[in-house]
Amino acid sequence: MTGLFIVLSAVSILGGVGVVATRNIVHAALFLLLSLMAIAGIYLILFTEFLALVQILIYGGAIVIVLLFAIMMTRGSDYPRISDNRQWPLALIASIALAVVLSVSFWTTSDTVVGPQHAKFSDIGNSLFTRWAIPFEIASLILLVALIGAIVIARSNSEDNN
Amino acid sequence: MMPLVYFQILSALLFAIGAYGVLARRSAILILMSIELMLNAANINLIAVAAHKEGLGSFIHFDGHILAIFIITIAAAEVGLAMAIILRMFRNRGTVDVSEISIMKW
Repeated sequence: MTGLFIVLSAVSILGGVGVVATRNIVHAALFLLLSLMAIAGIYLILFTEFLALVQILIYGGAIVIVLLFAIMMTRGSDYPRISDNRQWPLALIASIALAVVLSVSFWTTSDTVVGPQHAKFSDIGNSLFTRWAIPFEIASLILLVALIGAIVIARSNSEDNN
Repeated sequence: MMPLVYFQILSALLFAIGAYGVLARRSAILILMSIELMLNAANINLIAVAAHKEGLGSFIHFDGHILAIFIITIAAAEVGLAMAIILRMFRNRGTVDVSEISIMKW
């Protein structure tokens, strides 16, 4: 189990570094897919197979595809050389400091725990439709609003095209 | 049995990588991908804590999984809207380089 965790976390971190380091934007999207699938494996290690399925379906099936569509429609592969900011060393220092601070605070506040427990589909469904029913409905409303907003923003102006 | 702190440190590293991407990249699509990495880091943290503890404060068992589901929902809505904004930006200005979209800078 520990070996599997080390392999999966190494793959996800390497994928993340690929996303922020590669010069080719299509490669960045594929590195993101690699990292997200490794994270789905980590959900399986935590005995949360429902979240692993959702991760593969939504991130692998929808979000990365939408990102690839955005890259194609903005002709991102025609000019893959949009460089990084001039202040990238500053960003590197800031993010390393963030990683150190977060890791040290996690390390020093860790306590004894009961170990990964299996989260069954029925448990998650029960909780989602009883205790979290109203936030669930609000989430569906947010999806509807985002859908309509995306259509309104992205549609072409009729006076431009006619 | 895996200690909880390993998962937390993995999420901290992924979050820092995503933060670097948001700060250092100039293409709006790459910034969006980095935001996805940061959201996933938060999800790992939520699910690891929810799987390792019976409850924490007013949160009972499985609440972390539910919050992770909500984060995935919000991320899907956010990517759809952001793609619409990026397409509109590209159509109006011909670029997705955020350092050239300075019309709201004073």
